[in-house]
Amino acid sequence: MNQRRTAGVIVLTALAANLAWVLFVGLPQWYGTPPQSAVAAAAPVAPAATGRKIKARLFYVGEDGSTLVGVEQDVLYGEGAVAQAKAIIEAQLAAPAEPWVSAVPPGTTLRALFIARGEAFVDLGGELMRALPGGSLNEMLTIYTLVDALTVNLPAVNAVQLLVEGKEVETLAGHIDLRRPLAQSLALVAEPTGPTDGR
Amino acid sequence: MWSTLVLGLFVLAARHLAGQGGAGALTLVARDGRRSIPIAIVNNREYVALDDLAATFQLAVREESGALTVSYRGRTIVLTPNQALASVAGRLISLPAPTARAGGRWVVPVEFISRALAPIHDSRLDLRAASRLLVVGDLRVPRLTMRYEPVGTGARLTVDATPQTASVVAQESGRMSIRFEADALDVVIPPVQAQGTTAIVQAIRAADPATLAIELGPRFAGFRASTQTVDASTRLVVELLANAATETAAPPPAPPPAGELPTFGGPTATIRTIVIDAGHGGEDEGTKGANGTMEKDVTLAVARRLRAVLENRLGARVVLTREDDRSVPLDERTAAANNNKADVFLSLHANGSIRPATSGASIYVAAFTDADRSAAALAPARVPIFGGGSRDIELVPWNLAQIRHVDRSTELARILEHELETRVPLGARPIEQAPFRVLESANMPAALIEMGYLTNDDQERQLAGAAFQVAFVQAVADAIVRFRDVLSAGSGADR
Repeated sequence: MNQRRTAGVIVLTALAANLAWVLFVGLPQWYGTPPQSAVAAAAPVAPAATGRKIKARLFYVGEDGSTLVGVEQDVLYGEGAVAQAKAIIEAQLAAPAEPWVSAVPPGTTLRALFIARGEAFVDLGGELMRALPGGSLNEMLTIYTLVDALTVNLPAVNAVQLLVEGKEVETLAGHIDLRRPLAQSLALVAEPTGPTDGR
Repeated sequence: MWSTLVLGLFVLAARHLAGQGGAGALTLVARDGRRSIPIAIVNNREYVALDDLAATFQLAVREESGALTVSYRGRTIVLTPNQALASVAGRLISLPAPTARAGGRWVVPVEFISRALAPIHDSRLDLRAASRLLVVGDLRVPRLTMRYEPVGTGARLTVDATPQTASVVAQESGRMSIRFEADALDVVIPPVQAQGTTAIVQAIRAADPATLAIELGPRFAGFRASTQTVDASTRLVVELLANAATETAAPPPAPPPAGELPTFGGPTATIRTIVIDAGHGGEDEGTKGANGTMEKDVTLAVARRLRAVLENRLGARVVLTREDDRSVPLDERTAAANNNKADVFLSLHANGSIRPATSGASIYVAAFTDADRSAAALAPARVPIFGGGSRDIELVPWNLAQIRHVDRSTELARILEHELETRVPLGARPIEQAPFRVLESANMPAALIEMGYLTNDDQERQLAGAAFQVAFVQAVADAIVRFRDVLSAGSGADR
């Protein structure tokens, strides 16, 4: 009996020692911070370096301030149209690399996105309306940045309706009618005159 | 000569067929003729069989490892059954519906042709899904949008051809023809309702591959045709004038003659009332300059100046949407114009940009989509009238009332641009179209003017100053006077 108890204690002790090694030594080695050289090598393509990517045309304010410029960028691959649309909008909402400037106010968040009968419904956070500077131009550039980002890159999307905090809004700042989905409009898009892309 | 090389096609009422879910066929038009590709309806979507496409476009279809591989001259499309995705020459595209099995054959949504097949095929493939037309090769097949409407005692036929297409209008005895420089036409011909002795036009039909024939009625007296370029389209407007003698000799049955029904919001020959909208107001400051100038203050100051000048020069009644610093909902602003039966509606604004260098005034006209135009083209409603009988009235959705005035509004915008360009700085694109909420419901010629940029230091000083405001107001007043003259000159045919 005593021998059995002694053997059990030994087994439990060995298991505890193994668990402790895994927790405090093994895991930090396996998943911890990589060596400094590895970080440096990964930096230029972070943060989307781990996932499969597609090329998508995103839109930023042109140098003249009154047009949009389409810039081809890497965007995370999404399985299916909805996931891909979300990835494109997330990329469009992210702070762009210098010297591009986004018409969409910084900090704007994507709450939800769904697609029905070729119309994408993009639900954005309320900070969009609070942070949007006045003027119809800013409003148009913001709206068509998002509308064109989806309709240009996704054939499944013919029109886009912007929602704010889950609700339909009349306008963002008193000008453009958002009560119904907007079709693609490249009237504001100019040929790129700024630096070449590839960032 | 080119027109003899192809068979033309007129797609009549195709949307009605599609709406009924009938199978029908996709009509393929090419230089060597035309043929049909059967359409199958699967889950309320239009599909075509892969083997039909293979026979038509020299494709090889192979099924292996649970995937379908479509090959064309070394280029491939990979489809996965029951998935709405395709890999086209290595690039992933989405389809509106998954590849499916129907009647023992693999079928794909018709959009497969434009999204997957067109990118790898040597010939240009232009799918006109709405009219079930597939144009193969570089043929000229403009899409025609036609509108026939009574105007005063006459009528107007408007034909928008996209892309831009030249046409020739000719009349011979009881028929008028419109010949387009095209290989075929993609057109849905609208119904013509007036018949018998009251008719100016009895029927519109396709005559040959590139010609429309208009059968003229007994009230036809003459016509005037004009063309203009609207974005990527050529707009042909044929004004059909009524024969007054015929009208007198054969009075239409009472009550009341169809030709004399008041048209909803038709253009007036003069300008009696003008509504000026001072943008923003109250808590809504609009955009703001670095030195504190607020858009709502500039718009109100300019609106007041403009009212004084217009009242003096035109003797017109001028109504402001707000007299002081208060918030007014957008619909109330437009309602003020509609309820006062304004002949012109102008909304004044100042702009803002994230780039401080951006400057210059812009004029905006409302923009509508094809879907909006379809929604606005409701059939007249027949309502009973006092004393017996009935009459037709036009029903136009509130938010689309501006649609019928867009041409006039564009004309007004051009005149505004002409008058403003020598007196205030204009932007790079002085006239633009956009779906401005405050313009869409206006039932009269309407424009929104962004006077300049408060985010530009120089312009902020200008916009807040009297010199700029006076120059701007004089230019707008001159434009309204010229616009009134244009309306008066054109009223002979309309009224």
